[in-house]
Amino acid sequence: MASRIEPPLALLAEVTHRCPLRCPYCSNPIELDRASHELPEQEWRRVLTQAAALGVLQVHFSGGEPMVRRDLAALIGEASRCGLYSNLITSGTLGGERELQTFAAAGLKHVQLSFQDSTSNGGDRIAGLPRAHEKKIAFAKAVRAVGLPLTLNVVVHRQNVAGLAEMIEMAVALQARRIEIAHVQYYGWALANRGALLPTREQLDAATGLVETTRERLKGVLTIDYVVPDYYAVRPKSCMNGWGRQFLNVTPAGKVVPCHAAQTIADLVVPSVRDGSLADIWYHSEAFNRFRGTGWMPEPCRSCDRREIDWGGCRCQAFLLAGDASRADPVCSLSPDHSIIETARQEAQSLSHAFAYRHYG
Amino acid sequence: MDRLVVSAASILRLAPHIVFRFDETRQRWIMMAPERLMLPDEQAVEILQLMDGQTGVGTIIDTLAARYSQAPRELIARDVTAMLQDLADKGVLADGVTD
Repeated sequence: MASRIEPPLALLAEVTHRCPLRCPYCSNPIELDRASHELPEQEWRRVLTQAAALGVLQVHFSGGEPMVRRDLAALIGEASRCGLYSNLITSGTLGGERELQTFAAAGLKHVQLSFQDSTSNGGDRIAGLPRAHEKKIAFAKAVRAVGLPLTLNVVVHRQNVAGLAEMIEMAVALQARRIEIAHVQYYGWALANRGALLPTREQLDAATGLVETTRERLKGVLTIDYVVPDYYAVRPKSCMNGWGRQFLNVTPAGKVVPCHAAQTIADLVVPSVRDGSLADIWYHSEAFNRFRGTGWMPEPCRSCDRREIDWGGCRCQAFLLAGDASRADPVCSLSPDHSIIETARQEAQSLSHAFAYRHYG
Repeated sequence: MDRLVVSAASILRLAPHIVFRFDETRQRWIMMAPERLMLPDEQAVEILQLMDGQTGVGTIIDTLAARYSQAPRELIARDVTAMLQDLADKGVLADGVTD
């Protein structure tokens, strides 16, 4: 480790894996934590206090669907008392204005609401939940009615990307100030469904072109954040802006990981909030130090002039696709494993739309 | 929602849900917006500290011009307006009078 370890900026608090939706690209791990294993309120309060003391500035309450927890308002209140800027990441299918009033009073600063498509038919089918889309529209209106700023999050893939223009118009109509358009990232559930979700190159180029022109047209009205699918990139994404550099994630059962997918790395010894303080884990755990900086890197990363730009890409992707978390991210065209990605791109030309919903194993 | 256009006549304040504060851990001013952390430089901190929802942009420029008399007022006016327009486009600022 050459340079000093900086304190983290953000905490993703995955307070539960329970969720009424069954999206086939869910970012939760395949092995979902059950309700009986979730950290109780007192332990989450301790996590929030320790996070603030460690230097965390923003907390994202996420899941699963965080609103399944009855103590969510209390946790938001605790975050506010600690000076944390709090964000709710929700599907908007449980509760509405009454709950949002309580959250706002507790100090919530922002709501990020997911949509699965621009239409009810598409949205309900992808979420695997009847009337999901209609509930989300009502929830978005409730967010604005209580005066909270709203971001829409739309995950796009082969089966819904054709409706991207309508999704952006929907964001404007619902008075969102921001839309996050994220192509599916292929881990866990999404990797299992990749054949049905990965867009073609033509679809990707059309979506990217649309984002660029719309961004200009809606400047100052709607901010568009756009995450491209790294399978079509030449160089890997700077995953989490580097392992253990800015971000930490606490899972429902209290595991502490550098990213929400890190538990997929089979030989990673994952620390728990029950074993030590967040500060201990951030600075001293094997898990957080393992891929920090550049010392762990093999070639071609080690001598690459982008090694401190993309930090070797994604460790989980290296593990899932190349079988070793310390290899170069296979999406990089310089990776010896890059042919895996080329094969996946060819598979995207297939017409299969069949996917499996997420479920408890 | 229309774009907020900044001029010398504008009266601005931070939008609700924007937090501008000193961070003890990092010993610097920070600005937090939904899913965004901004690290304003010294000049931006100075401008943001003068912005109280009542003082017009023209008056802020006058204050800075008096403080930095070696720089032409015109240059200060251009820099301040550009910085505030950029923040307005990021959704960080609101109209001080109407909201």
